[in-house]
Amino acid sequence: MDVLNLAHGAFFAWGAYAGFAVLNALNGLGWVETGTLGQGILSVLLALLAALAIGGVLGLFLERVIIQRVYGDHLKQILITMGASMVLAEVIKVLWSPNNQTVLVPLSFTGSYDVMDVVINKFRVVAIVVGLAVYAGVMAVMQKTKLGIIIRAGVENREVVQTLGYNINRIFTGVFMAGAALAAVGGSMWGIFREQITPAMGDENLIFALIVVIIGGMGSVTGSFLGACMVGLAFNYVAYLVPKLALGANILIMVIILLIKPWGLMGREQ
Amino acid sequence: MPEAILSLAGVHTHLGQHHILQGVSLEAARGRATVLLGRNGAGKSTTLRTVMGLTPASAGSVVFDGRAIEKARPYAVARAGVGFVPEDQAVLRGLTVEENFRLAMLQESPEAWAKLDTIFELFADLKKFWRAKAGVLSGGQKQMLAIARAFVGDHKLLLIDEPSKGLAPIVVDHLIASLNQLKQHTTIILVEQNFHLASQVGSDYFILDDGRVVHSGLMKALVDDEGLKQSSA
Ligand SMILES: Nc1ncnc2c1ncn2[C@@H]1O[C@H](COP(=O)(O)OP(=O)(O)OP(=O)(O)O)[C@@H](O)[C@H]1O
Ligand SMILES: [Mg+2]
Repeated sequence: MDVLNLAHGAFFAWGAYAGFAVLNALNGLGWVETGTLGQGILSVLLALLAALAIGGVLGLFLERVIIQRVYGDHLKQILITMGASMVLAEVIKVLWSPNNQTVLVPLSFTGSYDVMDVVINKFRVVAIVVGLAVYAGVMAVMQKTKLGIIIRAGVENREVVQTLGYNINRIFTGVFMAGAALAAVGGSMWGIFREQITPAMGDENLIFALIVVIIGGMGSVTGSFLGACMVGLAFNYVAYLVPKLALGANILIMVIILLIKPWGLMGREQ
Repeated sequence: MPEAILSLAGVHTHLGQHHILQGVSLEAARGRATVLLGRNGAGKSTTLRTVMGLTPASAGSVVFDGRAIEKARPYAVARAGVGFVPEDQAVLRGLTVEENFRLAMLQESPEAWAKLDTIFELFADLKKFWRAKAGVLSGGQKQMLAIARAFVGDHKLLLIDEPSKGLAPIVVDHLIASLNQLKQHTTIILVEQNFHLASQVGSDYFILDDGRVVHSGLMKALVDDEGLKQSSA
């Protein structure tokens, strides 16, 4: 869509807080810390759903009120979405607290599996499954459906798509909402995984998202997928060996890739 | 004069500070091909774009098929039945030929797919490159795709802006044949600098200059006129 949106960090944080609030409320019913496996799974699903909804609503609001005014102007997009994300982070402090919050997680989602002496964190497995499902879903919609054709065409040439009879503004609002909703789900997953959330978590994670997208190539879902794998693996390996260099290693990878492929791994020259 | 499918009355269009269309009035008869002529910068493309709602009129009326559309957004104009082939062969390069067609079908109905047979007869190359990215097509093939794409969308009126631009003479001849076939199915408004093409396809003409219609009539009369000028020169 050719929009540089730095508010995704804020969607991420809001998703985490929405999930946190839902889990807190359900814990009041005894579903979370002391619940059955079914109640635990349902709690997590409801938390993700709440994140999806809040992300969608925030995305709708931001696109309609702010982004629509700055289509085609990258500098304004960067500045205005940065501003919006600061506001959104401050609102979190007002509604909850400026301090860390502990996320209540159903017992069935904590701890690890032991597969032949290899310890695998349970929620990591869930995260990988959800991640793959989202990737497969986005790819299927973009490549196989009429909606996907319209979106790809709209990214290339809004005007032509409009003159073919599609309300591209409305469709792009929907795409933007979907992106925000997915960022919020990611935040909610992150919160459950870490069992800790802070108002600043959006910015802390946005840097990784940006590195992932730049490495992968803007506008490419598969590129982002590859970028995410590289960033995640590199971060963890380096963090294990030399903790302080973890982020630096990612940036180094990004620099090297950009030197070789200026548009990212799967990006198209513009 | 047969019934008008499209009529513009006193249409003014501003682009930024510039007053481009300064009261354009014209009518296109249903079932015929109307040609807009005029020198570069006369406002021909802007007239088509104003009908589509891409550069909305600041004053005046645009009536299509009995409906006022001067305030309608482009997608609504398209849905009302107006197809648009812009000036610059605006096919979607990243999409395959097939996807370009699917995009053009608001409803992917059996009737729409059936139209493809006619299209393949007119533009055989499109069948050959069915699964290729539209970006790899030649200029002429892109133009064919842009026209065929508008045709598959089931429109009552097609606006075609300079289809011959940048095409070799032999391709233009093919285009003339295709447009004359197309005329059997739908009403056409054509902007064209190539007088040969304009005279072979058009039934009526309007000449624009400085954002106004300065002359209009039957294409046949204009051709005879030109012939007269040529012989007396
Ligand atoms: N975006 C714009 N802003 C300001 N002026 C414009 C814009 N687009 C076109 N114009 C001006 O409007 C006038 C009419 O342009 P238009 O494209 O309609 O002409 P045309 O008859 O189609 O010419 P051509 O034969 O060269 O395609 C020209 O003088 C052009 O310079
Ligand atoms: Mg023009």
